[in-house]
This record gives sequence, C-alpha cells and structure tokens, in this order.
Amino acid sequence: MNREFLINMVLLLGLAVVPLWAMAGDAPFTITLATKVAILALAGVGLNIALGIGGLISLGHAAFFGIGGYAMGILASHAQSYTALMEWPILIEGTKFMPVIWLVAVAASALAALVIGALSLRTSGVYFIMITLAFGQMFYFFAISWPAYGGEDGLSIYVRNGFPGLNTLVPIHFFGICYSLLVLALWFNACLAKSPFGLALNASRQCPERVETVGLSPFRLRLTAFVISGAITGLSGALFADLNRFVSPTMFSWQTSGEIMVFIILGGVGRLYGPVAGAALFITLEHFLGGLSEYWHIYLGVLLLLVVLFARGGIIGMLAGRQVAHD
Amino acid sequence: MTNPILATHGITKTFGALKACDKVSIELRPGEIHAVIGPNGAGKSTLIKQICGNLTPDAGRIELLGRDVTGLSTQARAGAGLARTFQVSALAMEDTALQNVTLGALGARGGAFSMFRSALNNSALRSTAMDALGRVGLADQAATRTAELSHGQRRQLEIAVALTLKPKAFIMDEPMAGMGAEGSKRMTGFLDRLREQAPILLVEHDMDAVFALADRLSVLVYGKIIATGTVAEIRANAQVRHAYLGGDA
Repeated sequence: MNREFLINMVLLLGLAVVPLWAMAGDAPFTITLATKVAILALAGVGLNIALGIGGLISLGHAAFFGIGGYAMGILASHAQSYTALMEWPILIEGTKFMPVIWLVAVAASALAALVIGALSLRTSGVYFIMITLAFGQMFYFFAISWPAYGGEDGLSIYVRNGFPGLNTLVPIHFFGICYSLLVLALWFNACLAKSPFGLALNASRQCPERVETVGLSPFRLRLTAFVISGAITGLSGALFADLNRFVSPTMFSWQTSGEIMVFIILGGVGRLYGPVAGAALFITLEHFLGGLSEYWHIYLGVLLLLVVLFARGGIIGMLAGRQVAHD
Repeated sequence: MTNPILATHGITKTFGALKACDKVSIELRPGEIHAVIGPNGAGKSTLIKQICGNLTPDAGRIELLGRDVTGLSTQARAGAGLARTFQVSALAMEDTALQNVTLGALGARGGAFSMFRSALNNSALRSTAMDALGRVGLADQAATRTAELSHGQRRQLEIAVALTLKPKAFIMDEPMAGMGAEGSKRMTGFLDRLREQAPILLVEHDMDAVFALADRLSVLVYGKIIATGTVAEIRANAQVRHAYLGGDA
C-alpha cells in the first residue's frame, strides 16, 4: 500500500463523511456543495481518461457536459409538459426517470464524442486544442439560438427527476446517487489504467511510433478513449442539470471546459483521484473566497499558477510524491 | 533459390529535386543478415521508412512473403510480420521495461481493447514479455522505468519489443548506435544468433559489426544501390572502395 492510495481513500471517505456530518448538523447547503463536488469530479474523471492517460488536451469537453445536461433538460421538460418528444415515425415521450435519462445522456455524448473525435484526432497539439474548442463553441451557439428549449434563458425543470426507491429531493439521497456514480467511474478508471487498453493508450501518448510499430493504431486507441471520456463527462452533465434543476447554454461554454481542466491540473494530471481533489478544492475556494469577493477567480488563478510552476503533479503529486509505476 | 522473405522492387522516392531513393531493389532471404551501408544522406533512413510504411514510395513495390504490402499502413505491416527497431530509441519513457515489452505482446496478440483485466497480470502476455526481456538480458530490469535505463539497455529493450512480435523479418536501424565497444560486441553476438529466428535487414555504421554479421551487403550511395554481394565481394569491389570504403581499403 502506498501513500497515494492512502490519500485517495482519505479523499473518498472525506467526501462521504462531510455530507453525513452536515445532515446530522442540519446543513443541507453543505450537502449540496458536496454533491456538486462529486458531480464535477465525475466530469473530471471523464476528461482525465482522455487528458491524463491519452494526452488529449480537449478544450471541448463542455460539449459533452452540455449534451448530458440538455439530454436531461429535454426529456424532463417534455415529461413535465406532457408533450411527446417525437410522434412520428415512433412515439418518444419525455421521462423523469433518472436511469433512462442517464442512458440517453451517455449515448448522446458518446455519439458526439465519436464524431468530434474522428475529426479532431486527425490533428494534434495546438490544432487539436483549437478544433475541440471550436466544436464546443458550435454547441454553445446552437444552444443559445435554439428557442424550443429556452435558448439563451435556459430551461427550468421544476421537480428533480426520480430514482426508484429514493426521494431525490432529499439532498442526502441525491448525494448518494452522485457519489455512487463517481465511485463507479473511479473504479472503472482504475481498471482501465491497468488494462491492456490503458497500457497501449498510455504508450500512444508517450511514443505513438512505438505503438504503430507493434501493430496497434494510436488513432483508434485515442478515439476509443475520447468516446469513453465524453460519455462519462456527459453523464456528469445530466447530474449537474438535475442538481440545479436548470439547464442553460453556459454548460456548453468554453469556461466550463476550462474549469473541468482546472480540476485536473489542480488535483494532478493523470492521477486517478486528481479530479476529486481538484473539484473539492475548487468548490471549497468558490464557496469561501466567493463569499469574500466576486472576483475570487483571481486567487484561483494565482493558485493555479503556483501549482503549474511548483507542483506539476498537482495536489496529489505534492502529497504523494512521484507517481509509482504499476508493479 | 528460396523465395525472399522481404523484397523491394525498384522503389523510388523523391523530395523535390532530391532523389532519396532511386529504383532500389533489395531482397532479404530466409536466415540471412542483409546489411545496408552507405554514407550519411545516402537514403538509408528513407529506405527503411518506405519498407515500414512511414513513407509511400513514388514508384515500385514492396513485398512481404510474396504479398504486396506497398499500400499497407505501418500497423498493418507490423501485423503482417515486420518488426522495426529505431535509430533513436522509441519507447514509452515513463513506463517500465516490462510495460514496454508487454505493449509488444499486445500488438502481437492483435488488439488492446480489453479494459477490465490487468495487462501485467495476464499470464500469457507476461510470459511473452518476460521471455523477450530474458533473451536480451534485461530480466532483472523489468520493473525499472525506461527513462532510468542506460542507453545500451534501451537499445536492448528495443530489440526485446521487436522479439515479442515474433516477426517474419527484423528491420534494424543502427542497433549499435551509441553503444560502447563491449555492448556493441554483445549485441553482435546476439544478432548473430537471432538470424536463425528471422532474417534481419540491418542498417549500421559500425563496420566491424557489419563485416562480422552480414551474409550479404548492399551499398547505397545517393539513393542508388551501387553493389550487392557477400562481404568478400564488396570488399573487392573497386567502385565501392572508391565511393565509400576509402581508396586504400
């Protein structure tokens, strides 16, 4: 057992204990903050698969986050207005049932990632960053100019979507759902990192020539990673929309892509729990510094600068030391 | 005569006005080490890149085991049985030696899309990988990060990755580059035995190694093969002596 594993467990337990303690102390807002951390960490876990293992610097992950959000918004808005989403050729109705919404969010964002990835992954470096950014912006402006679902004003969902056996309006129940999905995603990410796919993807980041020379295609590995990454970020988008009971084009904005990336950089690029540490720190800072000044991002900027300059492995790297190679 | 494992038929590649490769025909026969020598800029790297699929020839054909592979990608050629080692080690530097050879074993298996099982705990992959490391003498360095290996050890690791592919032919771009005299000697001994497994197309600057190993030599000058033959024939060839080995050789 190494230090990084211990730190990870402390993080994961801490994220569970804080809302439980808040529930005992009747502080529902703290539970909401913890829920936000879990959801944003999930978005980060998604991006970390592409960025941390695959080295794909995507500045367009807001597209998937937003698609997940709008998947929820569109389905739920039809359900709350009792109108069908589509009547011909087949009848599709809206739904307030979370598992179905998640499935749609994951499928839609995976499909988008497949198309965006297939086009963007033909480039690399700065061009890749720019083309993913461009795709993200396309979705942003599309959402703004699409009046059917609120356009610029966004879309309000009055009652949180349901999950069988739970009352999702009780903050701790909804937290439990988000936390479980985060743990599931982290477990999957841990498996993936050690799997043949993870090994080959990791090598494609470091030395694509080598991967080609052994007969594997870096492009296909990256595309697969990009799709998985987009799907996980899409799922977190659906949860984020449910948390706020509101969807707006902001979810598609490039600032959202940037924030997801900031979680990873703060926490540690390529570190399994980097996004959890990063999202927790981000939300804590937003909560406390945001209370002091509207311009709290200045402090975030300074912190980010310090991390990039002096702690390349992020918070996890600083605490755990160098990444240990898998046995 | 036996059919060649690998053959190029009149491949030509020009970059602007420069003919980097001019109607090059070369054969790699079973069990042989065929060395390609030539001064800097003679087009050796261009030749290797075309054989391995990084460059497409403007004209000519490349055949592997009698099959035309000219239009195939690098990955497809690797799958068909070409194993290349690079002049400058191309390895995943942050990964361990074992992870690098395991990547080769994955390539040989033909796919790396399993996501739930550990790669390094897979017994089939592990035995292929450890076997290859053992053969080049790096078994005790399995858990060392590649970045921390010595230059010579990285050259050996390159060969180990190639071994995991169980190739039909090895393409080696200066495997002795930057190795000390001792390492060079050991590598020579190793390659000498390796030819029994699969023939080697060897591009090398170390003439002692070339003369000790090569069954046949091709001399490449300004993109053209000026002579092909056994070591003795090449040594005796006046044109080669003039162009490359130096007049008094």
